[in-house]
Amino acid sequence: MTNWGGLVAEFGIILILIFGISRFRTPREGRFGNLIAALALGLALALVVRRHHLTGLGVLVPVAVVGTVLGWLVAERVSMIRIPSLVAIQNGAGGLASFLVSFVELVRGAGQLSPAVQVFGFFGLAVGVATFSGSMVAAGKLDNRIRQTPVVLPRHGTILTALAVGIFLSAVMAGVSSGSAWLIFLLCLSAFSLAAGVVFSIRIGGADMPVLISFLNSGSGLAAALCGVVIGNRLLVACGATVAVSGFILTQVMCRAMNRNLLSVFTGIKLKHAPSVVPAESTLPPGATADLAAAADSGAASDSALSSDEVVDPLVCATEIIREAQSVIIIPGYGMALAHAAPDVVALGSRLEEMGKNVRYAVHPVAGRMPGHMHVLLAEAEVDYSKLHEMSVINPLFAETDVALVVGACDVVNPAAAETEDTPISGMPILLAGEARHVVVINLDDKPGYSGVPNTLYRNPNTVMLLGDAKERLKQLSASLE
Amino acid sequence: MMDIVLVVLVFVVASVAGYLLISRVPQQLHTPLMSMTNAISGVTIIGAVLLFSLDGDVFSLVLGGAAVVLAAFNLVGGFAITNRMLAMFRTKDRDAG
Repeated sequence: MTNWGGLVAEFGIILILIFGISRFRTPREGRFGNLIAALALGLALALVVRRHHLTGLGVLVPVAVVGTVLGWLVAERVSMIRIPSLVAIQNGAGGLASFLVSFVELVRGAGQLSPAVQVFGFFGLAVGVATFSGSMVAAGKLDNRIRQTPVVLPRHGTILTALAVGIFLSAVMAGVSSGSAWLIFLLCLSAFSLAAGVVFSIRIGGADMPVLISFLNSGSGLAAALCGVVIGNRLLVACGATVAVSGFILTQVMCRAMNRNLLSVFTGIKLKHAPSVVPAESTLPPGATADLAAAADSGAASDSALSSDEVVDPLVCATEIIREAQSVIIIPGYGMALAHAAPDVVALGSRLEEMGKNVRYAVHPVAGRMPGHMHVLLAEAEVDYSKLHEMSVINPLFAETDVALVVGACDVVNPAAAETEDTPISGMPILLAGEARHVVVINLDDKPGYSGVPNTLYRNPNTVMLLGDAKERLKQLSASLE
Repeated sequence: MMDIVLVVLVFVVASVAGYLLISRVPQQLHTPLMSMTNAISGVTIIGAVLLFSLDGDVFSLVLGGAAVVLAAFNLVGGFAITNRMLAMFRTKDRDAG
């Protein structure tokens, strides 16, 4: 089996792949890197085709064409807001493919596989099919076909543990059996894993989706690597391992950005905190309640019922603030994406620049439904990406900024994350919008965000609330600035 | 069959390389990066194609065929969408394309 030429070729392919990934520093280079990585995989495939005599080409070629055309068509047509769900679907497809390959190999190799390969194989089956079912649930949630909020079954943890035990026992039983019992236990293992993927994913929702998506991404890489062990292909192991590791590192990056640990995201420890948040609203100090009322007044000034005093129309107020401002930091959130308002935000940003203002965008690490999603949505709206700034860079600049314009973001600017304890967002680093001289918030409503924690920023005396459809509000704002 | 030591070694090397590479990717490229690594996990198409190098019984051909469709969907779709996304990133002075 030692074939030095082959080994060198494989090593070369891996180096090309790593070179491709290493280009991800700027968007332009990243595009080049993506093509390089695609080239590396093309070479890997060519190497395999060249080395092995393939039969059944009458089946292989048509199915490969079908997969290619489908993949390409969907990728060309999907809208950017649905990228996370497409990634989840692709991920699920990869996981299922790895599962099928491992399954065929294990069934065919019955009785001839070394114990170590069997263990890797069982593990690969479980990871592959659980990645598939977990990704399908995630895609359903992201596409709004399944309820987006976490679904907690009665005794959720116990069910998950029972399934894990079932998987383990099936693997042990398969390991000591042969013939048709071998097949039956492999099927049991697969069924338990399929269910485990669903039970695992369904408990995660909303703000934790970025973590789930990158974790599943890691899973499909691991499934591919394990599949490589079973069929004895080093390239598959190396590429799969790279994906598994990079997915896992991104998962950690996401968790750190939210100040959560992986375990609490996946075991739903946060959910235990959630109920304590609701009473927190009613136990506000009296002063805060008054502030809240005041904020509500200015926010809902368009309601004629409140026209008693000299309540200024918040639109007029916001227009005045923005017109006077020298510097503006725009904070987009997922609400902007839901309202399809990204083009309007970017248009307003450009308009402000033409008026001679310094305009920057601040993007929180977990804004959107997958890491970096907001950047892509803004890029689609043709923002100048050199104006997008990460949290650590932009936070010190808020204090010297005239206006922070929040569009459809809530939890990521909520000072309660730093000020209160025992809430789902406690300890999460936030964008310090409140430090700007003025804050203009364009949001559908002034209700708490996904986390359920009331946003204390909304009650600040220097905050102007423009409630309603973000697209409409942005248009009005642009018009009144003319 | 493959040496288990080799597998472990590959994982260790991939972990180190992955850590060095991924931790330096700017946040704005996280979605394209994930979408590309997702495409790379379509490498399992190698395994699917290899199922066609054996004496083709119906069982292997059917499941292998399904695996090829799925892996190709993952692989091609992943690279295509990554390319499309990155092409959208522009600055005022120069286009990213």
